Amino acid sequence: MNERQTSDVRWVQLVERVRSGRDQRAFAELFGHFAPRVKAFLMKSGADASLAEECAQEVMATVWHKAHLFDPERASVATWVFTIARNRRIDALRKQRRPEPEDLPWGPEHEPDQSETIALQQESEQLGRALAALPDNQRMLIERAYFGELSHSEIAAETGLPLGTIKSRIRLALERLRHEMK
Amino acid sequence: MKKTMTTTIKHHLTDDLLMAYAAGNLPEAFSLVVATHVSLCDECRARLMEYEAVGGAVLDDAPECAMAEDSFAATMRLIDGMPADERIETSAMVRHDGNAVFPQPLRDYVGGDAEAVRWKSLGGRIRQAVLPTSKEASVRLLYIPAGMAMPDHGHKGMELTMVLQGAFEDDEGLYARGDVEVANEEMEHTPVAAPGPDCICLVATDAPLKFSGLLPRIAQPFIGI
Ligand SMILES: [Zn+2]
Ligand SMILES: [Zn+2]
Repeated sequence: MNERQTSDVRWVQLVERVRSGRDQRAFAELFGHFAPRVKAFLMKSGADASLAEECAQEVMATVWHKAHLFDPERASVATWVFTIARNRRIDALRKQRRPEPEDLPWGPEHEPDQSETIALQQESEQLGRALAALPDNQRMLIERAYFGELSHSEIAAETGLPLGTIKSRIRLALERLRHEMK
Repeated sequence: MKKTMTTTIKHHLTDDLLMAYAAGNLPEAFSLVVATHVSLCDECRARLMEYEAVGGAVLDDAPECAMAEDSFAATMRLIDGMPADERIETSAMVRHDGNAVFPQPLRDYVGGDAEAVRWKSLGGRIRQAVLPTSKEASVRLLYIPAGMAMPDHGHKGMELTMVLQGAFEDDEGLYARGDVEVANEEMEHTPVAAPGPDCICLVATDAPLKFSGLLPRIAQPFIGI
C-alpha cells in the first residue's frame, strides 16, 4: 500500500498542531515529507541545487507561518504546499508577480467541519491513486505540465509529439482523474 | 462550496488557461485576467481548485531530492528570523470589498478601484491604461463609451478580454460583467460597446493585434496595442 493512501488526514492533523501549538515535532514530520519533494519540484523547474534548497526552506518556513490559513475543507496539505512552492517558483525563477484571486468572503477564521474535511482528504487520496494509475505517456505529460514549466507547445517541441496529441492526452488524463474523484 | 455568488457569467476561462494558471506557467498579464475572473466566478474557481489538486498529487508523487544536512535547523532559524508581520494574512482576505468595480487582484495593479485608473486617450473618446507586468504579454484596461466600436482586428496570438463594467458585443455573442472572450489567430472581430453604462474591459495579449482598416494600422505604433 502506498504511503499517500493513508497519510492525507495525518498531514492535516500535523498542520493543525503547528498552527495551534507551534509544535516542532509535527513540523519536522511535515518537513521530512514535503521539503525533499519541493526541492525536487524546483530543480525540475530549472533551479540549481542551492537555489532549490534555499527556496524549499523558505516554502517550509511559509508553511509554519501560514498554518492558520490552511483550510482542510478546501485542499489537501500537498495541494496547499504545491501552491506555496509554485508561487515561490514564479517569484524566484520567473521574477514575476503572481496575481491571486480574491479570497472567498468567509475568510480563514471559520472552524473546519470534520466530515467535510475528511471527505475532501479522501478525494485527494483517490486523486493520488488515479494519477499513479495513469498510463505512463499521460502521467508524464501531466507531470511535465506542472513541473517542467513548459507550455503545451514547448512540450510538443521537446517530445516531438504533435501539439494536438499532447492536448488530447492531457485532456484524457484529466478526464480520468476527474472521473476517479466522483 | 458553501457560499454561491449569484452570477450571470456565461463566458468562462478555457481548461488550458486554468491548468496553466494552476501550474504557474502563464505570463503575468494572462494570470491577472484569470485571477480577476476567478474572483467573480465560482464555477471557474471550482475548476481551478481541481487543477491545483492535480498539482498537489503530482508534488506528492514526486521523487525526493535530499535536503542539505542542516536543512531543518536552518529552516527553524529562518522561521525565528522572520518578522511577525510575515504572518499577516494576504491582502485579499482583509480587503474584500463587494461594492468595488474591480476585484482585488486588479485593484492591486491599478492602485485602487475604477476611479484610480490613469487613462490615456486613444482618440474618439476611447481610453486605455496599460498595467505594468512582465514583458512576455501585456495587459491594459480599455474604456469604450456605450455604442462605440473598437477597430476591426485579427490576432497574431492569444487575446483575453474580460468585461468589468457595461458590456460589448461581437459575432461571438454578448459579453457582460465577468464574461471573458478568448480570441486566437483564427478570429477577427469588431467589438461594439453595448448601450447602457460605458464599457470597461481588461485585455491581455501576447502579440500585437492586426488591424484591418488603414487608419488604425498607421496609428498602431503610437497607441501601442
Ligand atoms: Zn468562469
Ligand atoms: Zn480582439
